[in-house]
Amino acid sequence: MDADLLVSFLTSAVRVATPLLLAALGETLAERGGVINLGIEGAMLAGALAGAIGSTVGGPWAGTLAAALTGAMLSLGFGLIAVAAGANQIISGTAITLGAVGATGAIYREVYGSAGVGLSLPTFPVIPIPGLARIPLLGPALFEQSILTYLGYVAVPALWFLLFRTRWGLALRAAGESVEAATAAGVRVKRIRIVALVLGGMFAGVAGASLVLAQVGTFAEKMTAGRGFMAVAIVVLGGWRPGRVAGAALFFGAAMALQFLFQSIVSNLPYQLFLMLPYLLTLLVLAGGVGRVRSPAELGRE
Amino acid sequence: MRAERTLPLISAVAAGIAVLALTLVATGHDPVVALGAMWRGAFGSWDTILSAVLPRSIPLIVIGLGIGLAFRAGALNIGAEGQFYAGAIAATWAGLHLNGWPAPLAIAALLTTSILAGVLWVAVPVLLRVRFGVLEVISTLLLNFVADALVSWMVQGPLQEAKRIYPQSDPIAASARLPQVPGTRLHLGLLLAIGLAVVLWVIYRRTLWGFQLRATGAGPLAAGIAGRIDTKKMLATALLLSGGIAGLAGGIEVSGVSYALFQSLSPGYGFTGIAVALLARLDPLGTIATGLLFAALEAGAGGLQREAGVPAVLVYLIEAVIIIVVLLSDTIARRRSHGRF
Repeated sequence: MDADLLVSFLTSAVRVATPLLLAALGETLAERGGVINLGIEGAMLAGALAGAIGSTVGGPWAGTLAAALTGAMLSLGFGLIAVAAGANQIISGTAITLGAVGATGAIYREVYGSAGVGLSLPTFPVIPIPGLARIPLLGPALFEQSILTYLGYVAVPALWFLLFRTRWGLALRAAGESVEAATAAGVRVKRIRIVALVLGGMFAGVAGASLVLAQVGTFAEKMTAGRGFMAVAIVVLGGWRPGRVAGAALFFGAAMALQFLFQSIVSNLPYQLFLMLPYLLTLLVLAGGVGRVRSPAELGRE
Repeated sequence: MRAERTLPLISAVAAGIAVLALTLVATGHDPVVALGAMWRGAFGSWDTILSAVLPRSIPLIVIGLGIGLAFRAGALNIGAEGQFYAGAIAATWAGLHLNGWPAPLAIAALLTTSILAGVLWVAVPVLLRVRFGVLEVISTLLLNFVADALVSWMVQGPLQEAKRIYPQSDPIAASARLPQVPGTRLHLGLLLAIGLAVVLWVIYRRTLWGFQLRATGAGPLAAGIAGRIDTKKMLATALLLSGGIAGLAGGIEVSGVSYALFQSLSPGYGFTGIAVALLARLDPLGTIATGLLFAALEAGAGGLQREAGVPAVLVYLIEAVIIIVVLLSDTIARRRSHGRF
């Protein structure tokens, strides 16, 4: 394989990994607090549409802001149902996602018309980072990306610091390990969980926006295609630690980018096999990786 | 169903329709005209009832029964959509090879194949759960996307029509098709769905296994109190049966409605089925009622789109509202009975 092809593969791997990374970081926050949020798929999808509409109105930054707010609102809704009222997290998350599919489909057709004409949106430009982008192979892959990818790079250590070096992070992790112990220590468990969900929802919303504004440049119904669910798997794979979650996200980005690579090299295999690959890899890796890392003890408990 | 069960259901549906009406107003539609179009889409004539609502209710009821079975055991099977497609693929394959078989045998063979395919499809999550502790929520969900890609491959590859023009299969053998009520699109699948519901109702009410299933779902403590229950085995059995039933739904759809495989065979039956099962409180007879309700909603959404130009996908928003209202009222009722409210 020649170097150009490899560089373009790595570059697209990082680009494809960006929404996965952002969503998975958001889900990490939720799950560290003991809440599994399957509504993240819906928050991402709603963020994607908000990003598209916001960008149409006021450019990519307005789109990103709209996406963050939309993701936060949807996750707040999830938090009120699953945390404040204490309903089953899996079912309420699924319902939020279902509702988001309905609402985004309807709003999209109202705003852009039902024909689904090739919508072209203002997107974020690629910004090469001086110096770093010149590193052979990895330089262009890691440092010739859009601003949202760089945001993801910054978010990884920031989230680590928040979780493991602040009182708030300690309180959140306590809430995720034992409601009783955290309550006894003075943590307001429900409140801190909802705050974490809202913050995580902002990440999910921006993840959706990055899909639209830094990767595809258009919106389509159900365009997240399970990336939010994949992010949930990435969090498990990353052992609920931001650094390893980032590694896992990159791995999945590479698995998804593989289809572009293979389609240009081997054309006699059905392309659908490569569509399946990321999901099958997720299963395989979960089977091999789970059990070695303990999940937050309260995760998913009603 | 008793009053404390039907009341939240009615208020949930009312809330769903209220949200719809608000959305209609917000988007500049006349809610009275639009809701009228929705009503006509579902109950406007005998034809809409027999050819739109009832046929649509069949996959929803069957899938709802399958999901209900898994949920009873506490196994969250979110992958019915994939199992449905696995059943539909296998049924199509079988249906293409059944030329010359007598009708009852051909139909039985087709439906059995679809059940086996559903069981096999869910066997992967079962294995992952039992052997490696991977949550079935995630594995069944991920396999939906794999199934989607698999159907896409099938209709453009191995199962594509002989003419190789459209991404769809050839029609299945005439003898493998479920009989229809003449002049309508209603087929024998409705009786199969009702029969399955009655069988499950009897099993849940009258057998030790049905009791053990419930005890497994109530948690390890309850299962311990109820006696020696191998919860792992119960969970696995429930998931396998649940997948088989969802696969059967795919077989019935191919044998009774589409006669062929194509990509958008299911408009999300596997997800709507979750709402159908939950709304019925996992009760098999209730599932018939809620399946009919959602079929009417979706048929109505079709009318909404045709007559009033409102996107039919909006029906998912209504379904989400209904799930959430029922979920919340259940949660509150449970808190009250535990004295923690």
